[in-house]
Amino acid sequence: MSEQAREDTFEPRIVAFFCNWCTYTAADLAGISRMQYAPNVRVIRLMCSGRVDPQFVLAAFRNGADGVLIGGCHPGDCHYQEGNYNALRRIELLKQTLVGFGIEEDRLRLEWISASEGDRVQKVCNEMTERIRALGPLRLTTPSRVEAGAPGPAHELVEQVTS
Amino acid sequence: MSKPKVAFYWCASCGGCEEAVVDLNEVVLDVVEAVDIVFWPVAMDFKVSDVAALEDGELAAVFINGAIRTSEQAEIVELLRRKAGAVVAFGACAWLGGIPGLANLYSRESILDYVCGESPSTVDGGGARPVEEFDAPEGRMRLPHFDEDVRTLDQVIDVDYYLPGCAPPAGLIAQAVMALVEGRLPEKGSVLAPDVALCAECIRAATKPEDLKVERFYRPYEIVADAETCLLAQGLVCLGPSTRSGCGAVCIAANMPCTGCMGPTSRVIDHGAKALAAIASLIETRDPDEIAVLAEQIVDPVGTFYRYSLPASLLHRRVEPAPIRGGPAV
Repeated sequence: MSEQAREDTFEPRIVAFFCNWCTYTAADLAGISRMQYAPNVRVIRLMCSGRVDPQFVLAAFRNGADGVLIGGCHPGDCHYQEGNYNALRRIELLKQTLVGFGIEEDRLRLEWISASEGDRVQKVCNEMTERIRALGPLRLTTPSRVEAGAPGPAHELVEQVTS
Repeated sequence: MSKPKVAFYWCASCGGCEEAVVDLNEVVLDVVEAVDIVFWPVAMDFKVSDVAALEDGELAAVFINGAIRTSEQAEIVELLRRKAGAVVAFGACAWLGGIPGLANLYSRESILDYVCGESPSTVDGGGARPVEEFDAPEGRMRLPHFDEDVRTLDQVIDVDYYLPGCAPPAGLIAQAVMALVEGRLPEKGSVLAPDVALCAECIRAATKPEDLKVERFYRPYEIVADAETCLLAQGLVCLGPSTRSGCGAVCIAANMPCTGCMGPTSRVIDHGAKALAAIASLIETRDPDEIAVLAEQIVDPVGTFYRYSLPASLLHRRVEPAPIRGGPAV
């Protein structure tokens, strides 16, 4: 799809990293309970929100995500004791870094959702989708190329010598 | 048998990498003994036409430092690529974008606005801009095009090897040159330095606590750092845990934290993100408000974590560039 077409019919693409023990189970519960929510969220299951390397978030943005959602256990409930606190520390610093990159803070969201909170998965996914819809698509730049064959001083010199 | 031919070239760089070659001291004599240097603009009077006159592939190796920002740089490195058997990205700027790569936090237009108009030393006013072509009595004159963004060398041409560092340490340069001359070629794409983090070879490693936690981050001017204790343990943002070794920890020896010029190890894609994760994980508190306070103590996170690697990073550049007058983009 062309960039223009994508903007005309913009549907946010959101990558969600959910922890196995709480948020992913909550998303399962939402499904079993037949709760409907925005289909814009693509869920990736990790063992712990502490496994979310900031590189994953940036790779999601680089590969076309307009927003990234991370779900973990409530403070004190982490299956691995400290993982969700580490997620909190990293995401806080990553958000400040993203602002430096000109990326709106709201494109990255960290939420604590326990296994019983299926309704909260529904609510957060819907909220995030609407927020990203309002922000619009994330436009990342790829390294530019000098226009092919555009002549310059060195090019000209080479032409003279080789002709 | 004739000696292998090599060339050195500089792009968007400060000249420090050229210094590093000269800093080889007497080792440079071994290098000169072993090779014919046929092109080295900073030190020798050869012309681009001399390079163009070579057969394709005739150069055994070219060492290119600096990032790519202009059409001239791109053209010459493309020429050198054709003439060379092996291309070595020499130093942090050629490998990752380096300090000049931080210009990717600003748009081309805002840079030109500032440099040609707003900077305090510009007296001309009037907003005059460099023109790329004009007719002079001597004929048609041309200036290179100033690109939209700063690129790493391998975003422009195919690169065989990388020598890290700002500038690369003399020992690594000598090893790399001799390996190439003697045909002991490493695997293509190799970074010619040890593949472990700086902490592994740090002179202060013994003082790094097992469970390192930070209660407050300091900038180097805010404290007088103890000269023997791990700098991270003193709250200084030292990128040793996420940066490649091979530099001999010279900054640490001078009581300054590592700023990451040796780039990442081979397991890392985005150096800044990994450095950020390593530093954030050291925060002691679990309280969200206090975590936010500590995160704010790292002034200019992009400049701290991506100091040498912005163009090579996953995001490559700032999304909607800030006006340069706005100061650091935070």
